Amino acid sequence: MSKDVVSPPLGRGTRNAWKRKFLERAIAILLFLSSFLSILITAGIVAVLLFEAITFFVDVSFLEFITGTRWTPLFSSKQFGVLALVAGTTLTAVLAMVVALPLGLLSAIYLSEYSPDGVRRLVKPILEVLAGIPTVVYGYFALLFVTPILRGISGDIAVFNALSASIVMGIMILPMVSSLSEDAMRAVPRNLREAAYALGSTKLEVSTLVVVPAALSGIMSAFILAVSRAIGETMIVTIAAGQNPSFTLNPFVPIETMTAYIVQVSQGDAPAGSIEFKTIFAVALLLFAITLIMNLLSQYVVSRFREEYE
Amino acid sequence: MLDQDFILQTRGLSVYYDSKIAVTDVNLNVARNRITSIIGPSGCGKSTLLRCFNRMNDLIPSARVEGQVLFDGLDLYGPDVDPTEIRYEIGMVFQRPNPFPKSIYDNVAFGPRINGFKGDMDEVVERSLVRAALWDEVKDRLKASALSLSGGQQQRLCIARALAVEPRVILMDEPCSALDPFATLAIEELMRELSEDYSIIIVTHNMQQAARVSHYTAFLMLEETRVGFLVEFGESRKIFTNPEDERTEAYITGRFG
Ligand SMILES: Nc1ncnc2c1ncn2[C@@H]1O[C@H](COP(=O)(O)OP(=O)(O)OP(=O)(O)O)[C@@H](O)[C@H]1O
Ligand SMILES: [Mg+2]
Repeated sequence: MSKDVVSPPLGRGTRNAWKRKFLERAIAILLFLSSFLSILITAGIVAVLLFEAITFFVDVSFLEFITGTRWTPLFSSKQFGVLALVAGTTLTAVLAMVVALPLGLLSAIYLSEYSPDGVRRLVKPILEVLAGIPTVVYGYFALLFVTPILRGISGDIAVFNALSASIVMGIMILPMVSSLSEDAMRAVPRNLREAAYALGSTKLEVSTLVVVPAALSGIMSAFILAVSRAIGETMIVTIAAGQNPSFTLNPFVPIETMTAYIVQVSQGDAPAGSIEFKTIFAVALLLFAITLIMNLLSQYVVSRFREEYE
Repeated sequence: MLDQDFILQTRGLSVYYDSKIAVTDVNLNVARNRITSIIGPSGCGKSTLLRCFNRMNDLIPSARVEGQVLFDGLDLYGPDVDPTEIRYEIGMVFQRPNPFPKSIYDNVAFGPRINGFKGDMDEVVERSLVRAALWDEVKDRLKASALSLSGGQQQRLCIARALAVEPRVILMDEPCSALDPFATLAIEELMRELSEDYSIIIVTHNMQQAARVSHYTAFLMLEETRVGFLVEFGESRKIFTNPEDERTEAYITGRFG
């Protein structure tokens, strides 16, 4: 504001202005501190991971860790090829996405473009409730319900297998993909839809040629968030996929993911400071790095594919 | 005039939103290859009436249409009519420019593509942009985003996009209300040229605009007891200089609404 603004004739106005200014400052500082705190905590976690992981890599060569395909730290002949765990994580995450992406996108298109308002108002909250079911429930659902069905279909499928866990993980992620994609699609302005209809588009053409492309950055970030979620998912794979690190893409046999391995060692009695114990930090650091890369990728993709409206 | 000189005719057309009436018993004849403007106070049903001509009201679940809209004698609301087919023939330009967040080229090509057009798309895009008086400004950056254009350019792009499917009628709902006077004049000039080959219906709040560009003017009004009824319809020259109805005179001289 310029200097020659007439000041209020009474002291009251000035005092209020001063109070407002003070409040603004205080809030800014508070907000800064809370964001700083969360950064600090993250930095602390990374520091601990790094520190423990470095002591691990004093004993085990990084090259062996990152290229080896056999993972047997809990046996007497120890091998530290983390690719066996990475394969398990990749396999379950990819299969889960195969379930969640198409179904999630289709249901989002249905909810956003096709469903009558009543249906949408009913389904949306249900989706959000589904997203809140504890994952341990999904885990037992996989083991006790889906696995027997799969084994009924094919005798080749083991009791613990990647397929069952992945299918259920996909079902678990589905509401999130659907709900976030639907939000992105509904945010597409109505006048873009009208423009397409006025050119003679059918509903399907409006959905696929206008709404989905315009919402693509939101849909992409929903997808990538879902992938991160699948990579980090722990309970379902721990319960239903087995504890057998194997460098395989066969979904019918028991495997072990990075997360499930961390659970296994944390639950067991590996003494603190032992090499078995340190492995979990190395694995956790790798998991952290992968998730970080996914997030960076998501940001890049979102900015790259953004079809801005307005 | 003979009936075949009219490209669009409404017969006892009424539109309801749920049970609330918005357009009441309108009988209107729209002349071929002329510009017809619809004027009237806010909320009198101009947009609603306009959207009957390409069945855009179908998209609003609560809207219900009674009466007939004849397009070259064919009832647009007849049982066998597919609204998407009608919209190839009757294009629309909206109040606010609404280009797709795609390239300039893809915006213009959108209609022909979904229409299954197989010919030379480059040629269609160029021809449409030339007709919309935008070609010279964008010919070097057809791949640029349509959103990089100014508001007036965006609106001309929307006109080019509508022209690309070769409609016979163009509906315009306050196409200049988001534009500055300079861009407005450019669009008006464009409309005048287009009216040689197209029939144009324009809704406008701008009385001078209606007087300047349109051959015919329809004046809609709302009163306490009646909504969206046609007060007067005739040659613009007459409506704006020597209206028959005193309500029309009151409106165009600014003593009302
Ligand atoms: N989607 C809708 N649902 C319910 N009522 C509507 C809808 N659209 C318009 N109306 C109502 O119908 C009446 C006519 O609206 P319309 O938009 O056709 O007026 P208009 O003459 O175009 O007004 P303006 O000059 O402000 O654009 C208004 O009373 C409006 O509230
Ligand atoms: Mg209107």
